[in-house]
Formats: sequence, structure tokens, C-alpha cells
Amino acid sequence: MAISNVTLAGLTRTQLLETHYKMALLRRFEEKAAEEYTRGKIAGFMHLYIGQEAVGVGCITAMRPDDKVLSSYREHGQAILKGMDPGVVMAELFGKITGCSKGKGGSMHMWSNELGLLGGNAIVAAQLPIAAGIALAMQYQGLDTIVVCFFGDGAVDEGAFHEALNLASIWKLPVIFICENNQYSMGMAVEKAWAVDSLLPRAAAYNMPYEQVDGMDVIQVYEAAKRAVEHTRSGQGPLLLEIKTYRFRGHSMTDPAYYRTREEEQQWRTTRDPIGIFEKKLLDLDLATQAEFDENDARAIQAAEDAAEYADNSPDPTLDELYTDVMVDNSTALSFRYERN
Amino acid sequence: MRTLTYRDALREAIREEMQRDERVFILGEDIAGYGGTYAVSKGLFEEFGEKRVRDTPLAEEVITGAAIGAALGGLRPIIELMTINFSLLASDQIVNQAAKFRYMFGGQPEMPLVIRMPGGGGAQRGAQHSQSLESWYAHIPGLKVVMPATPYDAKGMLKAAVRDPDPVLFIEHELLYNIKGEVPDEDVEYTVPLNRGEVKRQGQHVTIVTYSRMLHVTLQAAEDLAKEGIEAEVIDLRSIRPIDIDLLIDSVKKTNRVIIAQEGWKYYGTGQGLAALIYEYAFDYMDAPIQHVTSADVPMPYSKVLERAALPNKNDIVNAAKAIVPAALVRA
Repeated sequence: MAISNVTLAGLTRTQLLETHYKMALLRRFEEKAAEEYTRGKIAGFMHLYIGQEAVGVGCITAMRPDDKVLSSYREHGQAILKGMDPGVVMAELFGKITGCSKGKGGSMHMWSNELGLLGGNAIVAAQLPIAAGIALAMQYQGLDTIVVCFFGDGAVDEGAFHEALNLASIWKLPVIFICENNQYSMGMAVEKAWAVDSLLPRAAAYNMPYEQVDGMDVIQVYEAAKRAVEHTRSGQGPLLLEIKTYRFRGHSMTDPAYYRTREEEQQWRTTRDPIGIFEKKLLDLDLATQAEFDENDARAIQAAEDAAEYADNSPDPTLDELYTDVMVDNSTALSFRYERN
Repeated sequence: MRTLTYRDALREAIREEMQRDERVFILGEDIAGYGGTYAVSKGLFEEFGEKRVRDTPLAEEVITGAAIGAALGGLRPIIELMTINFSLLASDQIVNQAAKFRYMFGGQPEMPLVIRMPGGGGAQRGAQHSQSLESWYAHIPGLKVVMPATPYDAKGMLKAAVRDPDPVLFIEHELLYNIKGEVPDEDVEYTVPLNRGEVKRQGQHVTIVTYSRMLHVTLQAAEDLAKEGIEAEVIDLRSIRPIDIDLLIDSVKKTNRVIIAQEGWKYYGTGQGLAALIYEYAFDYMDAPIQHVTSADVPMPYSKVLERAALPNKNDIVNAAKAIVPAALVRA
């Protein structure tokens, strides 16, 4: 039976079980989202995080609540981990007025000023320069808030990656760049896209500390992120983490994944599932029981169901929302004068 | 009133806003030690230091993205992009990011951002340094695009842009920096709104609508036309997004004739957009087809004679007016 005062990576048993619950929640939430997508309740592009849960959970657990997060279009998980109600995330997927972006953003565009979740960006690597700028604002105002910027291995190939890391380094900005290397930028295998086999030489080019982490082990991710947070919050400047992971689903809901084999996927799912790995670790250390995992999972399934129910029962935006939010003073929008009735 | 150059008026606006508000800072290529490519920021580094006058690497995408982030983080950045031609390297940040955030995130982000950059031709700088790209940006909902032509408007509109809560593209012209004009004394605080044009010359025979450097060419053309009895009303739009269409329509209702004079290319640009609005709102008042004075539809040539031929000039405007203002009307 588990002993409550044993810790792992400085986390209490309660915190470890909470970590497990968060991973289960992201998994069950997205399975539910996929189901709703198939039912036609969700449209457009939707990119699932399934398989990569340990990255978001490990990193955001190591952050302070007031720290800022920017991410790519694969950001449902980060939104929930920053504290967004799963119902509000699901409502955004459904395009409802109760969604975090009033149904105007969709799957790829989640935001909350209060929670410090600053997008959801659907242009690959565009969030990196912006993250550097938010970090500049924190530094300029003498705050010890830091910025964590998530992106995929494809973003490394964009020019914005280079420009942002270089600027962050020369200005010693409090930003942590986290590459979630899930091995494919859409269908392009990372070893075909990169001239180097890790980001170490890239980090060296920007005179920036670097660590490569096993993204399927939430404890390793958490410990690396904690070191990174301490480094950056203490004023030592930016840092690059390369967290190696694997997305179990296609790039988006419409991707049949012809570019990789079913055997490869199966291999990852059966031997490298981040939830399975974490459960085994906790069981081996007698830190939790299967019954506790089952309870977490049941709770996660219920939360996902509740989120979908909330989204489904929420109203669509009214048509007058079409013309709001273009500008802060909306009377300065052309549409306000010429199109709005 | 004093007489100041356009350049000095801009610098005063920046200095006053930086003195007024600690959150205001400037960043760009060679704005600190070098003093700015067109010397607009000269002396500001010495006055405000490296925290608030920040030289950047030659990296337009991150300059713009970092300013977007800084604005989202509670600051009020003013970017200087060396020319509007280089803004294309930052076009993702301007069009996909700055213009979209407010709407795409349901009205939550506020982005008080100013992007200053000169455009235009006339200095033999060749095809890649002479473009008027304002129409590209004016096409995009979520942006403001202003192009003041005088030192008075430059100072007043730049101060207004810094205080505005939305992203503003503040487009200057390489040949305007040395022009002089009256500006209120330093102790007189004023701003010029970002959504109002101005009648710079009254007249009853034809309305000439213009902005930026072409205002000065147009005013000279109006002088010439007056000698021949044609009284042109000259409207300086000052802002092309939003656009003060009421001012324009009121004038058209009076003169019944319109010339659009702009330095950019003719097709699919600001001028044709204006023409469509005029036909939409004032068709019944029009007595002649709209005339459109623009640059030749070619990349800008380097050769002095070819560049001069490519750019719209005073005579083009005079001839356009003569083509649509009947002699009988002038005599009447």
C-alpha cells in the first residue's frame, strides 16, 4: 500500500496523483473532442495532443500560475493546464459564445488574460517572436514573471525561430523556448528536415543553455522544466529545451498518416505511452494504486463528458458579434461605419 | 507657431510621448547609436538610454513580433522599420498577428503598437526601395494605416498613434523628412485624430483627394489650375484606414468631379478603393468619370529620367482636371 510521505522529484503523493489526473484529463478531453469532431459538432482544423501530454503537464506544473504561456495550434492541453475550464475550451471548439475566444477563434486560438494563456497561434513559429516581446515587457517592468513558449519541431525550420532565439539571447529575456519534438512536421520526418540531429548546435549558436528531455516521462520533463524555470527566473536569460515526444494521432483530424507505418505508431503507443510509463513508475515505487488511477480516469472521463455537455448546451454567438472586437474602439473599424446595420 | 521639419516634428512627438509615459519605448535598426536611418531618432538614445531606445539586429520579423509581445505585455512600443519595403519580411507579424489578435481572441488582447516606416519613391533608390505599399495594409481589417503629409499632422498623429489602443501603421515618405511647416510651440499640447481627413484648400470645380507626399504636388497643381480659373478643393485623407469618407462625399456633392492623386500603383489599390466608395455613396452627384493619377504600372526604374516618368507629377493632375472640368463651368 502507498505511503503518503514518500515523494518523487519533490512532489508529494497528492501532487503526483494530481499530475496523473491532469494527463488523464488531457487524454480523455481530446478523445471526446475527436468524437465530437466526427459527429460534426467541431469543424475546421483540430490538432490533438494525445501522446504528448507529459510535455505540457510536466512543464506547466513547474511554472508559477502568473507565468505566461504561448503555444502553437496544438494547444488545448496547455489551455486546460493553465487553468481554463475544460467546458470553456470545448465551447471554443464548438464555436460557442461561451468559448474562451467567444467562438471567434476555434481550436487553434485559445486565450485568457487572467490565466496568462496568450494564444494558440496557427502560423508556425509566429509565437516565438511574440513570446520574446512579452518577456521583454516583463523584464522592462522589473517583474519576475517568465514566459514559456511551446512549439513543434517544424517551427525550428522557420526563420522566426532564428530571429527570436537570437534576440532573446542578446537581450537576456526571461523566456523558455520549448520544442515539442514529436518527430514530424505534418508528414515531414524531423531527420529529413533538420541538418543536425538535435537542437544542441542550434542552442550553441545563440549562446543559450540547452537540454534534451524524454518527453514520455513526465517526471523527467518536470525536473528539466523546473531547472529551466529557476535559471530563467533568476535573470540568467533564455533557455532551449528539446522534449522528444510522439503524437499518437495524425497531424490533424484529416491526416491519414501515410508517411509513417502503423507498426511504428503501435510501438510507441504500447511501449512509450506517457500515462502508462508514469503509472508503472508510481506503482513500482508504491506511490499509488491501480484503483487510484482508475478513479482519476473515471473523473477525467466525466470532466470531458461535462465539457461536451456544457459546449453543446451553450448558445451560438449572436450575429451582432460579427462586427465586435475588430478594434478596441470599434467605431474606428471600417465595417462599423459601412457594413454594420 | 514655429517652423519645423517633418523629421523634427516626428522626433518631438516621440520625445514628448516618452517623457509623458514610461511605458513608451522605441526599437528598430540603427535607431540608437546611428540616430536612425533618416535621423528621426537622433539624440533620443543620449536622452533616454538603452532601455528605451533599443537597437535591434536586422531582423524585421522579430522586431515586429517582439513589439507585438511588448504591447501585449503592457508596454507602448514604437517600431521603426527602415523602409516599408522591409516590412514585407515582417508581414506575417503585421497581417496574421497584429491585425488578428483582438478579434480572433474574442476581444481580450489589447495591442497599443505603432509601426513607423517610410515608403515612396523619387530618390533613385530602385525597385526594391521605392514602393508605396500602404494599400496592402489598408486592405486588412484590424489595422490602422495613417500617412500624414505635413509636420503639424506628423507630430499630432504620431502622438495620437502612441496613445491609441490598436496597432497603427504610421507611414512616412522618404522625401517628406526635410519639408518644413508650422507646428505649435513646444508647450502647446495637441494631437490630430487618426480617423479624420482635412480640406487643405477650398474650391468648387473639382475635388482632388490625396495623401502623403502627393498632397504637396497636388497643392502646387491647384495653384496652377487657379491661374486658369479652375478652383480645386484639395482633400488630404491623412488616414487611409479608417477613412473619412463623409468629408470626401460632402466635397464631391459640391464639386461633382473627382481626381484621386496617389503615388502608388493604379490597379487594386487605395485609389480604386476610394473610387468604388465614391460611386457607391455619391454616384448621383457625379458629373464626370473619376480621374486617377498614379505611378506607372512598372517596378520603379533607377534611371533619373525613367523614374521621373514613372512617378505622378503636377502636370498629370492639371491635365486630369482640365479633362473633366468644362471651360464653360470655369467661366460661369
